[in-house]
Amino acid sequence: MNFFERLSLLDRRWVYLILAAVVVITVLIEFDTPIRVNPEVRSIYDFMEEQQPGSYIHLAIDYDPGSLAEMHPMTYVIMEQALAKGLKVIMTALSPNGPGMAEQAMLEIMDSVKLHTGKEVIYGEDIVFLGYKPYPGIVILAMGQNYRLPFPGDYYNTSLDSIPMMEGIINYDNVEGVILITGTSGVDFWISYANGRYNVPLAVGLTGVMAADYYPYLKSGQIFGLMGGMLGAAEYEKLAGRPGRAMEAMRVQVWTHMVIILFILIGNIGYFISRRRGGSV
Amino acid sequence: MRKGPIIITAAVALFFVISWIIKSGGAPEGSSSYDAIAEGFWLTFAAFLTLAILSFLYKDNPFYKFAEHLYVGVSAAYWMSLGFWTTLVANLFPRISMTLSEWFQVEFISYQYHFWVPPILGVLLLMRLSPKGGWLSRWALAFIVGTTAGLNLPRFLRSDFIEQISSTMLPILVNWQGFGDFFTNFSLSASGQFVSIVSNFLVVLGVLCGIIYFFFSKEHKGAFGAASRFGIWVLMVTFGASFGYTVMGRISLLVGRLTFLLDDWLGIISG
Repeated sequence: MNFFERLSLLDRRWVYLILAAVVVITVLIEFDTPIRVNPEVRSIYDFMEEQQPGSYIHLAIDYDPGSLAEMHPMTYVIMEQALAKGLKVIMTALSPNGPGMAEQAMLEIMDSVKLHTGKEVIYGEDIVFLGYKPYPGIVILAMGQNYRLPFPGDYYNTSLDSIPMMEGIINYDNVEGVILITGTSGVDFWISYANGRYNVPLAVGLTGVMAADYYPYLKSGQIFGLMGGMLGAAEYEKLAGRPGRAMEAMRVQVWTHMVIILFILIGNIGYFISRRRGGSV
Repeated sequence: MRKGPIIITAAVALFFVISWIIKSGGAPEGSSSYDAIAEGFWLTFAAFLTLAILSFLYKDNPFYKFAEHLYVGVSAAYWMSLGFWTTLVANLFPRISMTLSEWFQVEFISYQYHFWVPPILGVLLLMRLSPKGGWLSRWALAFIVGTTAGLNLPRFLRSDFIEQISSTMLPILVNWQGFGDFFTNFSLSASGQFVSIVSNFLVVLGVLCGIIYFFFSKEHKGAFGAASRFGIWVLMVTFGASFGYTVMGRISLLVGRLTFLLDDWLGIISG
């Protein structure tokens, strides 16, 4: 039995152990990783920077705790940028397990903005969280008519008409754009209904698993920006000058990807060698 | 009963209690002792659940089963209560009943009688549980199927069909003003003319060859076969890109949990 045949019989738990060791070591040892910003991420940043203080942005946080590690850095960096710039943020969470995380992010960033810029962010005047409603497609369509149809009140059941920030805000016509951060297939509804029917500018932050599938929508102009997974979040953190967990995680990504590529190469070399010798792998 | 599982369970329980005690002592200043104990418990419990789920990588075990079942149960209960409070209480009651609005302390909007239709359909859906009245649930199901089909048809037609086809109809010769101009202003930048021409050509060629691969009414031989094989390559590149992103996504999740364990729980690294 040669080296490659022995490798093919290796218990897969050794692969898990090696990967875990690489992740732990690279988390513990700090070093810089170069990050190149892609145009699809820069376009979101530029869009946010072009907005004047007092402009309204709709931030849709449609992900569950399962994708928190990838999505939270995007939420934090974009919300912090918006609030520090004095933009008004309307938040929704159309994923069932999303409201808790959206509220956590909102409260932490309100504190963080005050700490870093001295600017006090007031709920109801600078930011409002409308909460969750089921059936994202229906809710997205209804918000295009009037935010008050699906959300008569905000997450805390305060009537939208009594929230100062929502005075005169009827539907998507009153917001400059929607930044969607999602780990669910609800992104299709946002593209078809919010952008397709109501022509609202839409940018998306997606999990790594989803990202490749949505580049055609970028090419067709249905979305104007795309952040793919933790790399997208790291690129945005770099642009915004707010290094966070996504940038830190890039050094882990680099090394784990190298290990995985090495495994793939060894596996393929072993396969071809065994095939040439007439063996089976 | 075998001693092994008992010893492992006892060790995990002991480890849990030790962690709880240690983490309860690390609460921020100003928090009450009750808050500190609760904080220590939830932090330890979160770490336990993370390790319990990860333990499946070694092999299936009772700790993994416990964490899995807990997640499913809590999620189901959470979704149900969320649906009740965010839909029935927040959207329905303020439009059909002043008494219920007062009872649940939400602002009454106005009587809107068409809002009785959804709860009636909801009750019909629940009739599925009745042996005799089960057929009534079909009316509600028919409404759901019909509405979904009606909403999705124009949605797919526009965003996934017409828009995608029109974005594939690209000019092969981008900003073409003759060979002289092309070679004079030649650039390899991403927004340059050369890269745009190559990019558009690849998109058009990739789409055509990809479609040819799925065309089974003609034998894949000769030029048609070559186009089909190129179509396979295009598909493979697409799957490769998806796989690369998927690996990144999965590693990101692992990083997230390990950062939680090393930072929030063990305090080895600074967040």
